[in-house]
Amino acid sequence: MAETLRVNPIACTGHGVCAELLPELVALDEWGYPIVDPRPVPPALDRDARRAVAACPTLALRLLRSEQPARSG
Amino acid sequence: MSTAVNESAPGGAARQAAGLPRLLPAAPEDLHAHLARYGPTPYRGRTNLLIDDIETSGLTGRGGAAFPVYRKLAVVARAGVRQGRKVVVANGAESEPASRKDELLLGLAPNLVLDGLQLAAEAVGATEAHLYLHYAPGPQILRALAERSSRGLDRLAVTITQAPPRFLAGQEAAVVNRLGGGPALPTFQPPRVSERGLGGAPTLVQNVETLAHLALIARYGPRWFRAVGTSDEPGSMLTTIYRPDAKTHVREAAIGTPLEALLGAGADVQAWLVGGYHGTWLPMPEAAGITLDNASLRRFGAAAGAGVLAALPSDRCGLTEAARVTGYLAAESAGQCGPCLNGLPRIAAALAELAGAGHRRRTLADLERWSGLVKGRGACNHPDGTVRFVRSALTVFAPEIKRHARGQCSATDRRPFLPLPDGIPTREEDWT
Repeated sequence: MAETLRVNPIACTGHGVCAELLPELVALDEWGYPIVDPRPVPPALDRDARRAVAACPTLALRLLRSEQPARSG
Repeated sequence: MSTAVNESAPGGAARQAAGLPRLLPAAPEDLHAHLARYGPTPYRGRTNLLIDDIETSGLTGRGGAAFPVYRKLAVVARAGVRQGRKVVVANGAESEPASRKDELLLGLAPNLVLDGLQLAAEAVGATEAHLYLHYAPGPQILRALAERSSRGLDRLAVTITQAPPRFLAGQEAAVVNRLGGGPALPTFQPPRVSERGLGGAPTLVQNVETLAHLALIARYGPRWFRAVGTSDEPGSMLTTIYRPDAKTHVREAAIGTPLEALLGAGADVQAWLVGGYHGTWLPMPEAAGITLDNASLRRFGAAAGAGVLAALPSDRCGLTEAARVTGYLAAESAGQCGPCLNGLPRIAAALAELAGAGHRRRTLADLERWSGLVKGRGACNHPDGTVRFVRSALTVFAPEIKRHARGQCSATDRRPFLPLPDGIPTREEDWT
């Protein structure tokens, strides 16, 4: 099952651990907040992605099954 | 804030399509007048029955998002009662400072809204009903509730909760947070409040105008509802109208009405703002042929939202107006999400710089980059709506930006045109 990374922007406080552990899929904006690649996580990066999720100090980073609907206002 | 004039009233100055107005009587109607006109609340006798009619009617939410009403009804109807609760909320927070329609509707036809609330509650099998308002309830509402209660019309008692005067206080998750006793702040979704809302219970939040339409569909059926509007977007909607040659007024318009008929497009109008402060500036005369339906508005990147429509007079500075409103929107960020918290004040400051005399070379590029950085990165749609407003202003008022860069401004009237609340609250306790 393909999964995508998703940030809870309320929980995220911009520690930046995710970008350090997973630079292939996470960049930081100029204020230090993560910009995650919206595409499914490629199998080769699956382990790193799980590590980044586990390492987030505020539990703001998650892996979600790809079909899950995007946020809506 | 003054109550807007009702221009939809029969005999009012505005000419209306056949069958309108549907929602707004000429004067406040108490329960006696309401029953004389409509008869008693048409309960269906069990859950779900109304939902098919609502689906056929094509009714969409009138709070701004235009989401199909039957889909939310169906989700909440399907969900089980949790912790003994299932909740419906009539959302009259009307947190758009330029919108006046919900307050006017509740003042003139409170019983129609309250009928809709009870009917929606029956349709989904709710156990409690709420009315959420951004002001202390007026005498019409309190009287309607008392009269309905003494006549035994309401199957569920209605609890009134006051919303703080914040732009995001009417956002669905914020409503649920406030009803739960917390601050009126958006949350990260999913789960949607229709699945897990107040106290974890499935919660239906519908705008008060939406509920009034629902109450009429329950009486007259979906075919009646579809007799006005377009086939894809049936019905009518309440609009709040700002134009150079008239007082602010609320008008019920058939969806698909030419915007020119509502706003005017003469030489005294330089641009239209459609959809309020999360809305879109449209250039004149290029957009003059557009109609009040999302299919038409979408071609200009716009949407009808909660029906706030403004025709900016030619003697005002659109850039200054846009900068003022953007400053307000930045101050109204809930401050919960990093990109919104950091980006919106910078965007507002950059726009204020453009609206001053002369600006730094990089300011326009900064604005574009920051707009891209905040869009899609909030828990709610505040950053996206703000960016839509700002980007359309940059496009439509591009000539004015050049003028200001040279130290000029085309305005001859410097009074503010678009309304903003007096004094922007910034303290945390102002969210409750």
